[in-house]
Amino acid sequence: METVILIFMGISFACCFLCLFRIARGPTAPDRTVAIDILGIVIVCFCALMAVLTGKDFFINAALVWSLVSFIGTLALSKFLEGRGLDD
Amino acid sequence: MTNVIAFVLMGIGMAFNFFGCLGLIRFPDVYNRLQAGTKCVTLGTIFVLAGTAVFFGFTGTSSRAILCLVFILITSPTAAHAVSRGAHRAGVALWKKSVVDQYKKDKEGEKG
Amino acid sequence: MLRRVATFLFAAATWYLITWPYDFATGEFNIEISAAGLVVALIASIILGRVFAPVKHAHNILYRLFWAVLYLPILFFYIIIANLDVLYRIIHPKRPINPGIVKVKTSLKSASARTALANSITLTPGTLTVDMKENGVMYIHCINVHTEDLKQATQKITVRFEKILAKVFD
Repeated sequence: METVILIFMGISFACCFLCLFRIARGPTAPDRTVAIDILGIVIVCFCALMAVLTGKDFFINAALVWSLVSFIGTLALSKFLEGRGLDD
Repeated sequence: MTNVIAFVLMGIGMAFNFFGCLGLIRFPDVYNRLQAGTKCVTLGTIFVLAGTAVFFGFTGTSSRAILCLVFILITSPTAAHAVSRGAHRAGVALWKKSVVDQYKKDKEGEKG
Repeated sequence: MLRRVATFLFAAATWYLITWPYDFATGEFNIEISAAGLVVALIASIILGRVFAPVKHAHNILYRLFWAVLYLPILFFYIIIANLDVLYRIIHPKRPINPGIVKVKTSLKSASARTALANSITLTPGTLTVDMKENGVMYIHCINVHTEDLKQATQKITVRFEKILAKVFD
């Protein structure tokens, strides 16, 4: 049973590296914003898997808070993009 | 039995997650990448959280997992909408093989 | 007043979902935590009650709730279809995509109905709401454009949600 969870966590790591590749490579700023948003959701998924692996419930608290903070960060970044576009 | 259901849900979710992130690499411009991100990764994480809720049974942990699921279901489309509008206002062009861009046409019509 | 009651109910429900004071295994009920939840929800509803949008949909509430509950499985079905569609386009080696931004016009009036419609469209097959104007015109990025005409695009994208959302919100 733990083996299955460890395989799932490995897939999550692969997802994180794909997102990091897009953050490093992304030709424009919105590309990086999208990748950061998706990285946040993948980390929420990772926290849920950690909670199942260890049986401790505070990982779910971390997931709850992380989902909200990631949403607010993405909104702030997109507002920043929009404001810069209106100037020129 | 509940453990089997939980692991099947998590497996479906991880498959959606992985292919969503693959789409983030494969698609050619910001808007198509948003399509992959908002749909596949959101649905995958929803499946994983539902599997977590099933695994923990009828306790406080699973209620928090369901609350997290609802938050993600509400906030993810809003974030995608904000990023796409910001990208279009910042002047990021669509992919060169795109068919039509009526938003840009209407904005130029208002200016001229 | 109605807004404060709605805020109070929402805050109390969130508090009880997070803390979960009743233990089903042993049958213990933690009365301090639930009392603290009621006090915190009361303070939050008094201070923040007027921040949220006014409640316009209070009449006929059972009818609305029935259609809202019916709306969820339909939305979930379309989300699954959307994901399989996008998944096919990701895995296919030639990337069979045909993207573009089209214009549709919605007939819904209230702000909350339009918000729900925009979020539903963002979650379903190959479509993403980019912007919305005051008169109900929405700009939608499609991963596979079928038609550029306003009326046909409206028929294809929005009508299947509008029928139920009109019953819930208008």
